[in-house]
Amino acid sequence: MQQRTTLSYDGSWVGLLTAIFEVYEYKFDAASIQQMAQADQGDLFGARHEVHTDHAKAERVKKGVINRVGKKDFQELYAAYLSELQGVEDLILRLVRNYLAPDGVGLSQNYGHEDVLRIKQINKSVSRERHRFKAFVRFRKLSDELFFAKIDPDFNILPLIIPHFRDRYADQSWVIYDIKRDYGAYYNQSEVVEIHLSDLPSEREIMERGEDKEALYDELWRRYFRSTNITERKNTKLHLQHVPKRYWKYLNEKFDL
Amino acid sequence: MADDRIKEKLEILADAAKYDVSCSSSGSDRKNKKGGLGNTGAGICHTYTEDGRCVSLLKILLTNHCIFDCAYCVSRRSNDIKRAAFTVQEVVDLTINFYRRNYIEGLFLSSGIFKNADYTMERLVLIAKKLRQEHNFNGYIHLKTIPGASDDLLNEAGLYADRLSVNLEIPTETGLKLLAPEKNRKDMDVPMDYLKNQIIRTKEEKKIFRSTPKFAPAGQSTQMIIGASGESDMHIMKTADHYYTEYNLKRVYYSGYIPISNDKRLPGLGSDVPVIRENRLYQSDWLLRFYGFKRDEIVNERHPNLDLDIDPKLGWALRNLDQFPVDINRAPYESIVRVPGIGVTSAKKIVAARRFGALRMEHLQKIGISANKVRYFISCQGFVPLMSDRPAEMIKHYILAASHTKYKKVFNQQLTLF
Ligand code: SF4
Repeated sequence: MQQRTTLSYDGSWVGLLTAIFEVYEYKFDAASIQQMAQADQGDLFGARHEVHTDHAKAERVKKGVINRVGKKDFQELYAAYLSELQGVEDLILRLVRNYLAPDGVGLSQNYGHEDVLRIKQINKSVSRERHRFKAFVRFRKLSDELFFAKIDPDFNILPLIIPHFRDRYADQSWVIYDIKRDYGAYYNQSEVVEIHLSDLPSEREIMERGEDKEALYDELWRRYFRSTNITERKNTKLHLQHVPKRYWKYLNEKFDL
Repeated sequence: MADDRIKEKLEILADAAKYDVSCSSSGSDRKNKKGGLGNTGAGICHTYTEDGRCVSLLKILLTNHCIFDCAYCVSRRSNDIKRAAFTVQEVVDLTINFYRRNYIEGLFLSSGIFKNADYTMERLVLIAKKLRQEHNFNGYIHLKTIPGASDDLLNEAGLYADRLSVNLEIPTETGLKLLAPEKNRKDMDVPMDYLKNQIIRTKEEKKIFRSTPKFAPAGQSTQMIIGASGESDMHIMKTADHYYTEYNLKRVYYSGYIPISNDKRLPGLGSDVPVIRENRLYQSDWLLRFYGFKRDEIVNERHPNLDLDIDPKLGWALRNLDQFPVDINRAPYESIVRVPGIGVTSAKKIVAARRFGALRMEHLQKIGISANKVRYFISCQGFVPLMSDRPAEMIKHYILAASHTKYKKVFNQQLTLF
């Protein structure tokens, strides 16, 4: 049996694409890609290969895949990467290999293919999460005219929702901060930059920095939510299906109900 | 205090507006111009009420004062309730501040009729105009058109709003006469007709002059109250069909009547809201618009009412068993999409995937199709339907026994009444 090589990369998307490039470059037939932290506990007997993130190599993989199967299918690979699911790197690697194989064109429509099906499923979950956070982000306006929101998504969807918020709130400064992964996006009315708040403002600070009217609009929204409800039609099951409990902590209308 | 007053107003005027079930923010693709605020096209539900309805827009009345006395409406003048009215600026401020916090996709503004139609409409239009012009607001605006308002105002409304709607309220003319004697169908047809023509004209002009301003780009919609005046589903669907075709409506909304009074002409307080019937009508509406069904395949003289225990597509299939089984690997898309348990998305996936090889039941299950429902209606590689020759009643029984319909609980509640 061929020896299995474990490639370890830095966890970034560009790093992952570099790793895929190197699978071809070094002709690793049996390869597995893992984040550095995880790779250490990996296969003790297989060979190791450390990947140094390289934009040029990554770009070539990106171009190759897009040329072959198009932007949409490439985007699917990216969204799958953001899922951070265990073993997703290997799934992405297998798919890239399949797409680049001679009969790879159109493969992404083959719902009978196990890997294709799997990536569609992952994309569905990621996309659902992305969609939910477009909906459930709640900004609070701080006294310095900054609109601030915290999120805590299961998947790393922040990069996927940035364009939406940038287009929509072009004339206000905002921060959306992923507290789980400890990074955020800050839009300063011209561009979006990545930020890391070593000490995130606490709930109390946010309340204190909140603009005078903040409490009013918060309250108005909660009253609106209550008044627009039709008790005669109550359907808790359907409600929970749409707004699973784990999102409630961000939805001010769901506080103290 | 001013803050307390606005809180109270919001409660009164949101409560009075909640009976309009539509909350859609779709059908428009207004871009955020010149670094302004907002856009449309995302169609996001920002939260859901406890009855599971999407909350996408700030849905309020400008006022619940009304000179009319429609029996089915909480705002009718003879009803002894708290009245309130927003100022134009209050609605503008609420909309902008809710929008900036990502609570909503935009505004759905309706109103009781105070003084007269034009006086009311003028204020609705003014709010939309201020939002667009003073705040460079590009979010969604849905305005209710007040029957009897002048063409000039309707025209202006169309320039600022994404969607306009005139509510039919009661599906039949006789029902309307009984419950709202001061109104008549013509008052609704006239503005709808005007809007339809303006929408068509704008589209034509836009092909020639790209600078032609948008006119209600998300089109017009309407709403009918279901179960208030005794009409059959066939009547309701006939009316819907008529307005879809004659007035190019984007959507017809069905709103199960919520008992609000003990008026003898209406179902009394405490009677159930016909939520299942409402849902069946939506399903039928979809079958007509996206599945290629004709109305008389769903309801006709012999079946004037939709089944409550099964969905209308399954109902149709059971009445037409001779058209099954459908061969998943050979049948055209149009037949596949008619199979109970296969939706538009799954049907498309089937047609795409079968080019790579014959599909088996396992493949269908992986696509997300439940074998329980489809097994009586399809054949595919390695699967022959064994029970498709059984009587329809029996198949229905099997399917119901094996499935847990979403509405089972509600349905049981209703059944216990008999
Ligand atoms: S005109 Fe409209 S608001 Fe007034 S009573 Fe009739 S339905 Fe209600």
